[in-house]
Order: sequence, then structure tokens, then C-alpha cells
Amino acid sequence: MADLAVDLAGLSLRNPLILASGIWGESGDSLSGAWDAGAGAVITKSIGSVARPGYPNPTVEPLDPGGMLNAMGLPNPGIDEYPAEIARAREHGVLLIGSVFGGTPEEFGELAGRMAATGVAALELNLSCPHAEGYGTEIGSDPEDVAAVVRAVVRQVRIPVFAKITPNAADLPALARAAEKAGAHGISAINTVRAMAIDPELERPVLAHGLGGLSGPAIKAIGVAAVWQIAEAVRIPVVGVGGIRSATDVIEYLLAGATAVEIGTAVATDGIGIFGRIAADLARALDDRGVRRVGEIVGRARRGFAVPSAEAPTPGRGAISRSP
Amino acid sequence: MHRIVAIDRRVPETPSTVTWRFRDPTPAAPGQFVMVWVPGDDELPMSLSYTDGETKGVTVKAMGATSRRIQEIPPGTRIGIRGPYGNRFALTPRRLLIVGGGSGTAVLAPGAEALRRDGAEVVGALGATTAAEMLFAERLRSAGARIELATDDGSLGHAGYVTEVADRLLGEPGRFDAVWTCGPEVMMRKVALAARARGVPAFGSVERQMKCALGMCDACALGPYHVCVDGPVFPAETLLGLSEFGRSKRDPSGRLVPV
Repeated sequence: MADLAVDLAGLSLRNPLILASGIWGESGDSLSGAWDAGAGAVITKSIGSVARPGYPNPTVEPLDPGGMLNAMGLPNPGIDEYPAEIARAREHGVLLIGSVFGGTPEEFGELAGRMAATGVAALELNLSCPHAEGYGTEIGSDPEDVAAVVRAVVRQVRIPVFAKITPNAADLPALARAAEKAGAHGISAINTVRAMAIDPELERPVLAHGLGGLSGPAIKAIGVAAVWQIAEAVRIPVVGVGGIRSATDVIEYLLAGATAVEIGTAVATDGIGIFGRIAADLARALDDRGVRRVGEIVGRARRGFAVPSAEAPTPGRGAISRSP
Repeated sequence: MHRIVAIDRRVPETPSTVTWRFRDPTPAAPGQFVMVWVPGDDELPMSLSYTDGETKGVTVKAMGATSRRIQEIPPGTRIGIRGPYGNRFALTPRRLLIVGGGSGTAVLAPGAEALRRDGAEVVGALGATTAAEMLFAERLRSAGARIELATDDGSLGHAGYVTEVADRLLGEPGRFDAVWTCGPEVMMRKVALAARARGVPAFGSVERQMKCALGMCDACALGPYHVCVDGPVFPAETLLGLSEFGRSKRDPSGRLVPV
């Protein structure tokens, strides 16, 4: 049986399948449930400085085909209360990654220190929520801002720090490079893609917030492209996120250069058992390829790949001049 | 994907409850709920109080500012529906006791009616604060259920808690093969304990904060369960094993607060 264990920036994961932030992340019991279902690590809900109820409903709208639209508005109980949930999950033996969001580098630094003090194994910085005023994408779209946040965080903690970057920016590799240069230990990509649904009968936006973020199979190809580009741009590991529902999807992300992946929306469509099923399928799929360790295929689609020219050969030196 | 339906009928049931009937052919079962979007306002989880045929119904209780406001929307208003979601009451009992507190009876009524149609015996112990707030007593009587009532102020039926009525009924050995309950959690907890004491299997429908209703966002986390997909109907023994049942729930931010 192929070995699914991976080393992710110093974290030893039993498999590369991580529960994405915002899914089953409110309670310690749920985090434990995701771990028991077979996740290799579990990321908490994004936690801020104070309790925040999030936007009113509708916050979620399932879309056909293969998309999930949401604007939750970063609901969370705040860093004062949330450590009780983490303690419960830690007692259960869960490998935890703490997600935090702040509005300034200083707030990120403070939250990171307090999150690290709860005993989580690593941090993920939410620099990419696409629908929260003053947070997420709003401070994660500029490489200098990303660097400032990462610098403020790595000064405060001694555990691996992952920067979760947005797909809603022009130059993803620049964001990843900025995070790496500032001291991040890994890059997670992508968060949801800014999106919207309008009810055609009622002629109004469906989500209470209007704009939201799209997840699910509809964005998988966007995530794969992001991982492909970022893996080219940085030397730190990349965690691929977006639309994963099967072992084949995982393999695609690994081939693009991801060391591990996050799974979120599939928990809604397929249930939490998705972790166990994908882990089993992945081991079988690797066996079928004669791969003994999952790490062997990371970035393998990049080998020998070169972008062909799209331009016509120059007259006089190309094929035309050689025709009889 | 939500679908748009128009409210065909608006039926004031009691001073604090209103039923909306709407045409929606999507099949549903007793115990299930839908997410009801009132455009321009909120989207709320509501158990179906009518599950049969093409005309479904929900019964809206005035709890907070939002539910009070949306109770006033007139017939003809178009609303969004997602679902039905969640599990259902198993329609297997032959001698059923339902214990409903306040608007909780709305959740129990469609299943009780279905069992009556199937020839099962149904006894209802229904409680309310006062006579005017008694919900669906006539509806269940006309379905052939025997109904016993209790009000806090003694204006109708037994003066006191409906749990006292339920306890007396459960005291008749072998009378019931199942208990269904829905209402305030403190009440449901008492019913669950009474059923346990008499060895009768019981099931309760619980309510929690809901956002996605798809088993993803964790807003409705209750112990290791998610009310939207694992519930809303749970065996009473499961509920009694949860430290949160009858004591705490999560607010929209995820903080545990008293029920």
C-alpha cells in the first residue's frame, strides 16, 4: 500500500487531506469528528479578535452545476472563547492548524501569538476571504500588505505559518513570493473566487451580502492553475485548495505541485466520510501507478513541460521558406 | 438552489403563530425542514407543518424581531425555499404519544396525521402558556387523535406543565410504543426522562442556529452532530447523552449560550 504520509513544512501529516477552514470548525467536537473521519490535519474556523455573528442569511446558496456560493462574513466566537474548542479537539488528539484573520499586521500578530499559545501545530493566515470589508482579500491583494502581515506573525510564533492567498488578484505568484520572502513556511491557494447570484424572478441578489465567494468543483481548474503558478514561483510547500471531491482531483493538485490539499465544500455534497474514501482511493491509485510515497508525484506534471510558442514562424526562416 | 414560491394562504393560528401555505411539489416527509428566504429580510429554518401533496406549509412563531416582522407579510408574497432538509420521524409507531409545547406541535402534526390515516392510535399532550396560544388541537382532533391539554395559566385543560400530563399518560403500562416531542428544550428533556423511566422509545425534534443547512458551516453543531443533516429528529437517548441538550446552544458567532 502506498505511503500517504507527508511532511508539510515540518508537520508530519498521516495523509495530505486537510479539512479547509470554515468547514466543521466552530466546535471542538466537530473538529474531532473530521479527524476521526480521516483528515490528515484539521484547520479551525478563521478566528478574529472579538466575537462576530457574520452576515444575516442567506449566507449560502448551492449552485448548479458544482458550485457553492457563500458570504458568511467571518462568523466566529473570538479569540477569548475559541481556545476552549481547541482544547477539546487537542484532548482528542487532533492535528490542528489555527486560522486567524485580522485587519492590520499588528492585529494578525497579536492573534497569531494567542492562537499559537493554544497549542495548535501551525497557523494559516486568512488573507483571502473575498467578502468581508476590511479583512481577507482587502488586505491580501497587495504583495507588500501580505509581506507586512506575514512578518508581523512570524515574529510572534515558533510554529509553521501558512499564508492562504486569494485568487481574486492579478498576480498570485507575486503574493506567494512576498509571503515567502517575509518568512511564511507555506502557501495555501486558493480561497473562494468572488462570485454572485441574482434571482432572475425577484431581480435581486440572493446572498444577503450580495457578493460572495464560489467554491466546489466549479473552481477546481482555477485552483490547479494557481498551484501550478505558485509552485513555480516559490520554494516553500504549496497546499492546494478548490473543488476537490475525489482522489483523482487530489492527484491533479499534487501533479501541479501541491504537497497537500484542503477539502471543504465536498463535506456538504459527500459528507465527512469523504476523507476516508479519498484516502483509500488515493492509496489504491498510487499503487496502480507504482508510486510508493505520495510525495513522489508532487509537481510531476511540471517535468519536461514547456510552453510552446503561439506565434507563427517568421517568414524567411520558418517552414514556409523550406517548402518546395 | 432555492426556488421561488408564492404564499397562497396566510392563516393566523394563535396570537403568536401564523401558517403560510404555498404550492411546492417537491416531496417532503414529516419532521423535515426547509430554509425559507423572505427576500429583503432573513432566511430561516422552518419545520414543515404540512408535508403532504403539492401544498406545503410552515408555521411561523413570533420569537424575535425578524419572525415578528415576517409574520406580517401578505398572501401573494414570493419567498425562496431550499430543501426539504434533514431527517424524518419514522412512521412506524402503532400507539404514539406526541408531546408538543407551544409551536413545537407544528413539527409533530403532519406525522401524527399520517399515522392516524394509517390506523395507528395517537394521543396528544399539548401545552401552551394560555388557551389562545393552543396550536393545532382541533386539527389533531379532527384527524382522530385523542387530545389532552395543559396551560400555564389554567385557562384551558390541566393547569400546569404539559410534562405532568405526559407523565400521567406514560404511567399506563404498555399504552404507548413511542413518544415524539417538540417544544422548549427544558420540556423535551423532561419528556425524554419520563419516557426513559417507563421504557418507551422517544424522539425529539431540536432547533439550532442554521446557516448553510448542508452539514458544512457548523452553525448547528450539537455535540458530535449537525442538526441540519443528522437531525432535526434525534432519539431521546442521544439527546440525553449530550451535555448541551436543554442547557446550551450556539449563537450566530458560535459562542455557547444558555438555551
